[in-house]
Amino acid sequence: MAKYKSHILVCGGTGCRASLGEEIVQNLITALEENNLEQEIQVVRTGCFGFCEKGPVVKMVPDNTFYVQVTPEDANELVLEHVVKGRKVERLLYLDPETKERVSDSKHMGFYKKQIRIALRNCGFINPENIDEYIARDGYSALGKVLVEMTPEDAIKCIKDSGLRGRGGGGFPTGLKWEFTRKAQSSQKYVVCNADEGDPGAFMDRSILEGDPHTVLEAMAICGYCIGADAGLIYIRAEYPLAIQRLKIAIDQARQYGVLGQDIFGTGFNFDVEIRYGAGAFVCGEETALIHSMEGLRGEPTVKPPFPAERGYKDKPTNVNNVETFANIPPIILKGGEWFAAIGTPKSTGTKVFALAGKVNNVGLIEVPMGITLREVIFDIGGGIKGGKKFKAVQTGGPSGGCLTDKHLDIPIDYENLLACGSMMGSGGMIVMDEDDCMVSVAKFYLDFTVEESCGKCAPCRIGNKRLHEMLDKITLGKADEDELTKLRNLANVIKDTSLCGLGQTSPNPVLSTMDNFSDEYLAHVRDGKCPAGQCKALMHYVIDSHLCVGCTLCGRVCPVDAISGEKKTPHAIDSTICIKCGACLEKCKFGAISVQ
Amino acid sequence: MASVKLSESKIEELRAICRQFNNEKGELINVLHGAQQLFGYLPAEVQEVVAEELNVSLAHVYGVVTFYSFFSMLPKGKHPISICMGTACYVRGAEKVLDEFKRLLKVKVGETTPDGKFSLSCLRCVGACGLAPVVTIGERVYGRVSAEDVKKILGEY
Repeated sequence: MAKYKSHILVCGGTGCRASLGEEIVQNLITALEENNLEQEIQVVRTGCFGFCEKGPVVKMVPDNTFYVQVTPEDANELVLEHVVKGRKVERLLYLDPETKERVSDSKHMGFYKKQIRIALRNCGFINPENIDEYIARDGYSALGKVLVEMTPEDAIKCIKDSGLRGRGGGGFPTGLKWEFTRKAQSSQKYVVCNADEGDPGAFMDRSILEGDPHTVLEAMAICGYCIGADAGLIYIRAEYPLAIQRLKIAIDQARQYGVLGQDIFGTGFNFDVEIRYGAGAFVCGEETALIHSMEGLRGEPTVKPPFPAERGYKDKPTNVNNVETFANIPPIILKGGEWFAAIGTPKSTGTKVFALAGKVNNVGLIEVPMGITLREVIFDIGGGIKGGKKFKAVQTGGPSGGCLTDKHLDIPIDYENLLACGSMMGSGGMIVMDEDDCMVSVAKFYLDFTVEESCGKCAPCRIGNKRLHEMLDKITLGKADEDELTKLRNLANVIKDTSLCGLGQTSPNPVLSTMDNFSDEYLAHVRDGKCPAGQCKALMHYVIDSHLCVGCTLCGRVCPVDAISGEKKTPHAIDSTICIKCGACLEKCKFGAISVQ
Repeated sequence: MASVKLSESKIEELRAICRQFNNEKGELINVLHGAQQLFGYLPAEVQEVVAEELNVSLAHVYGVVTFYSFFSMLPKGKHPISICMGTACYVRGAEKVLDEFKRLLKVKVGETTPDGKFSLSCLRCVGACGLAPVVTIGERVYGRVSAEDVKKILGEY
């Protein structure tokens, strides 16, 4: 980064690119050229800054001015004002919702204050398509240190000391896993990176691969040295084209620089990495299923033991870790296990990346120390609930996790606490819900997902989840009685106890946790035939109050199915047999005459 | 399923994809990715060629194709519409948006309009949760879509 005086960093993550990020880059370059500044100032496409809600993000370096919601039309003004005249463009600075002041340095924004970035340390700082920028931030020096100064046993001890646990959801101690694979006897072993991020609403791994692909390659090589493997495979979703492209570029550059390939750093250690594509199957996040998929088979899980550490890919010992787990490895090697263990809680050390989404003001990617509370995450970092509505629940752990409520807000987040509350850490999806969300419908939504993604190998998961889904459907249609709730709980417990793999064992969690925490809502559906959140269409009717209706005809005109009839200036009426309950009339009525019952 | 006649040149291209992966049966998924890119979908005739080239049974290929949601045995429309049904989009109203697409196009999820212009599908999270609800048409991404926007979006095509 030496020859330029300063840099303009533009977020090149999927979210910001979808909001015309590439046009912003092009317009900035044109504006710089028009002012003869292209030799002094460089425009860099970085990885995700995390603050997706306010994207596209543009950051000026070295003065660290952080511009939000930039449009391609703003590029010219940014160059003329900020770069040429040295004046900040006030209207594009972040507006603090509480103090109503413009904030120019991200360090002072509520969204960033409580974050500690280890796995995401390079995302938003470097150009992910340039290995030199990774090296300038200590890239590949952890690999050098391990190869030259440490024995595999030393390095494994360092990881064990750090207390790092698997970030894909299982939470198994990483150092221990490496040790098992090291001890397995075989002339050929494999390192696998699980980048098959399947949780709907989670984008942690994708952001790391898009923003800092070299950290994963470096960590895989370190793992290879530790366990005695010379081949690495990255299993990545085909739905992530940008991450795949950046990984390919990174692998090519790493080979050119000799940090992948034969005789790395002249130590005689060989290691290379290949990419394998997933094809859309949630169950492939499970390591045995993932391995079968890499072998070109249906991604069905098999019973453990044997664990992949003994018999994995092509029946050889295989170590599978998730993207975020790998991203933590290089800093741990450089700074020591104790440094990492000092962050977080005693049993859950370090940080965790979460994809904060749903009905929260600041949607984005965050990295926080373990032990932080849900309240801090949702209200301090997330900026509270959208539209000033009331917080109702937060779903963690994806389709395997559960819904937590306001009574859980002050519990420190770690693996054990989340399990004790009926949810789980999962890979890091965190979806916030407000008073308008019906929890029975949310449970049904997740079951929908599980039914579709069940591989069908074992009966409890294949048939049981289908039946659970049908029961939930009955409840949301108002066709179930109270006995249904008992049956629902019993079946959920049977599926949990008897399924073959993690997918089935955890799939009833969204049902059980919503039943535990929102029993009133289930009862309202079956006993009173009402959906308190007003989401279940079958349980609601739109009616026009004939005293309030003035006959303006507006509702009739917006109704997409012509269910509303009435003469001008006389009260209208809704034909409930035609009404599709879309709510368009309610939104348009200026007289408050339409209501849901 | 209607049978499809593949041209000799296309079959040769498909065989080349298999050779690129050394006709190795462990590379089946990579081969199928290549084949779907070439044909847009994976009709039975394509699967037959792949099975023969990799020396595996047709049932095995079919089993893999139907297991993974990324593979399709039906042709997509000229403008494939995907509605993100990830949780973040769901809680921000993706279902209403989907209903509106279904109503206007008069097709169900997984179907293509009779004129072959649009096909409708759901996908699980494109990872642009800050823009929820998200709809993609071809390569284009639409963010913060509401049911009212649907008509206007379709009008662009």
